[in-house]
Amino acid sequence: MTSGAAPLVELRGITKRFGSLLANDAIDLSVDAGQVLALLGENGAGKSTLTRILYGLSRADAGEIRIAGQPVTMTSPADALAAGIGMVTQEFTLVGPMTVTENLMLAGSPLGRIDRKAARARVLAASQRLGVPVDPDAVVERLSVGERQRVEILKALLGDCRLLVLDEPTAVLVPADVDLLFASIRRLTADGMAVVFISHKLHEVVDLADRIGVLRRGRLVADLPAEGLDPVAIAALMVGAAGPADAELPDDVVDEALATAVGLDGAAPSATAAPVDRARPAALEVSGLTLAGDPRPRLDDVSLTVRAGEIVGVAGVSGNGQTELVAALCGTTPATAGTVHVGGAEVTGLDVAARLKAGLGRLTEDRRGSVVLGMSVEQNLVLEDLDRFRTGPFLSRRRVRAHAEALIERFDIRAAPGDPIRSLSGGNMQKVLLARALERDPTVLVASQPTRGLDVGACQYVYTQLRALRDAGSGVLLVSEDLDELIGIADRIVVLSGGRLVGEVAAADATREALGVLMTGSREYAA
Amino acid sequence: MDFPVVAVLAATLTIATPLVFGALGALLGERAGVLNLGIEGTLYAGAFVGFLVAARSGSLALATLAAVVAGALAGALMALLTVTLGVNQHVAGIGTTLLLVAACDFSNRQLFGGGQQTVTEKFGRLFAGGGIVAQYPMTYVAFLLLAPAVWWVLRATGAGLRLTAVGENPEAADTAGISVARTRWTALVVGGALMGLGGSFLTLSVLGTFTLDIVSGRGWICIALVIFGRWKVVPVVLGALLFGLFDALQLQLAITPAFGSIPNELLIALPYLVVIAALAVRGRGVRYPGSYLTAYRRA
Repeated sequence: MTSGAAPLVELRGITKRFGSLLANDAIDLSVDAGQVLALLGENGAGKSTLTRILYGLSRADAGEIRIAGQPVTMTSPADALAAGIGMVTQEFTLVGPMTVTENLMLAGSPLGRIDRKAARARVLAASQRLGVPVDPDAVVERLSVGERQRVEILKALLGDCRLLVLDEPTAVLVPADVDLLFASIRRLTADGMAVVFISHKLHEVVDLADRIGVLRRGRLVADLPAEGLDPVAIAALMVGAAGPADAELPDDVVDEALATAVGLDGAAPSATAAPVDRARPAALEVSGLTLAGDPRPRLDDVSLTVRAGEIVGVAGVSGNGQTELVAALCGTTPATAGTVHVGGAEVTGLDVAARLKAGLGRLTEDRRGSVVLGMSVEQNLVLEDLDRFRTGPFLSRRRVRAHAEALIERFDIRAAPGDPIRSLSGGNMQKVLLARALERDPTVLVASQPTRGLDVGACQYVYTQLRALRDAGSGVLLVSEDLDELIGIADRIVVLSGGRLVGEVAAADATREALGVLMTGSREYAA
Repeated sequence: MDFPVVAVLAATLTIATPLVFGALGALLGERAGVLNLGIEGTLYAGAFVGFLVAARSGSLALATLAAVVAGALAGALMALLTVTLGVNQHVAGIGTTLLLVAACDFSNRQLFGGGQQTVTEKFGRLFAGGGIVAQYPMTYVAFLLLAPAVWWVLRATGAGLRLTAVGENPEAADTAGISVARTRWTALVVGGALMGLGGSFLTLSVLGTFTLDIVSGRGWICIALVIFGRWKVVPVVLGALLFGLFDALQLQLAITPAFGSIPNELLIALPYLVVIAALAVRGRGVRYPGSYLTAYRRA
């Protein structure tokens, strides 16, 4: 498929700047037909930016893209599709109320009459030919995440696609679907397709990639054949510390803190975990919690106890009841059945404010939804506890300010009390939320995905705070999709699958593999 | 009592005609994700421009064409505001309506001195004396041509598929290489043209003149009908017929001696009350188009 020596797709000097942030800094990268190129790097390293440029979703400030040696201009996904580049983004771009066939015929459909029957047949044929199973008549919004992803992949492949870009395709998949995906990718590359594959999961990368490109702070710091690299060697490349002797690493790339991002220092945080005394009082006791849903309950008879001075992790593939569990615990969604006790007192029928008063703290999944974006840092800090800052019917601005200044100092928030919270980075915003929750000295803290999207320093900060809270005698329920994080910081880990608790392991004995098996819902693997 | 069933049914179709034009025009925009509250003003503009051109040129064909163009321009104004500039759809729509109503009113006073002038010739009924089928040509167009055409376009063409995709998930449409802006512009301009045509029905077919209360909330009824019909052609048309039926009924009752004791105002309110009741029943828990009221900007 390649013409002569020119690579299938070649990026030259791609540079992209967002304000003061240099997201991509003169990146040169190429991929040949039949090759899998894995792009690695921590959050914000510039991987997604690069692929978005490649797919015409955003425009580079400088640099060029060549396809089979010919420079092309890409200003929209339509250009990319025409150039033979297909992409599956992290956010699926499917039209929910339409069927699989309708979604797949959308690209390049004529304005006039369309032939659904023929399109359906094409979808079936392509599905079989490419080894990507889909049901052409299914309505997309009723499909599982794995099924939707297969529709996305098929959509990308239907055109004359020669390069398939997959942005963190395995992040949302159960292991069985990952296997299916990898089988499809191997089959496609065997037929001469090139694949660019973004992942955080190093063992996958080793499994699949022919070449590995490592991005760090917008720069390409390594571009190596995958042959002979193991996950540890790749992690070393990502952190930029002592890699393999001959690694093509610029000297100025040094950062010791990065190992957490790739999940390799799990041993360090767990070292402080002490065995929990079963006789300690329960900080949070959940019994038979059920949330009805159609067709199956979204939470099904969940019972668990978080004791004072322990961190209980909740593992699970996204969409298996985590969001519902947190909502039911915090009182934002009333449970259909079951009870919740905080520090021995029943809070089942109480609303959010009453639960907060009863000693429940929370860090919700949606950070920007937990603050009022239009208000300042100090206003957000007192939002859940206005009564304390009242003088008669009025808020005391002086006390609000003093309160904010104290918390900013104590929690090392990098902002002034009057700053609009909208202007804060994710990490800083999380600090504000942590401060707001911890300042009330909660009996139990329910923390949902507390490090999602944060950089390494901010992650470490969150871990330190959670551990300090545990050591001070509070309970913590940590819901996370990051298994390394759970293994590293929790004392016990319970696993949610299909809205049910399907297992529990002590963090000291937990392995990714064991948790992975539980997460797919196989009860046989009792740890 | 001898109730004139045929007359009421015939009137039902006539009354429903501008609603079919307006509601289907609104439906096109909304299926693409844009609520066109400029509809009331657009009906007005169609009614006035049609009347003006008919009065000055004497040509009904030219007048009809002018009304279509006026409606399309009103749709283009909505598109400019909501699609290109990303203005809040409610504000843009209400602003468009206020602008067009005032502009028509102003022009009417300037050009006709506020006096009521009639067009020299208006559309006549086909099959005059034929009972229910004795209707204006535009009624035939609305029910036999437009409604099936819109239904077919939405169901069986790529244009319909694109429209739905843009309305439900503009990001998905964008990544499929469909221009969200162009699709919405087209939907609003075509929808506006239909509204203009619907407005001209009132002056060129029914009344033969232009009055200030000629539209009297029909645009808002159309918006309600689209929700009532859950953005589907057949129930929207049925909704228009339902409104038409009750309006025809109240007109008939107003001249039926047995009902003489009922205040006329109450009777006039009847079809509107029916729409409110119908919406209260059918309008609950509806699934709005995914990108309803939201301007699209590429991230």
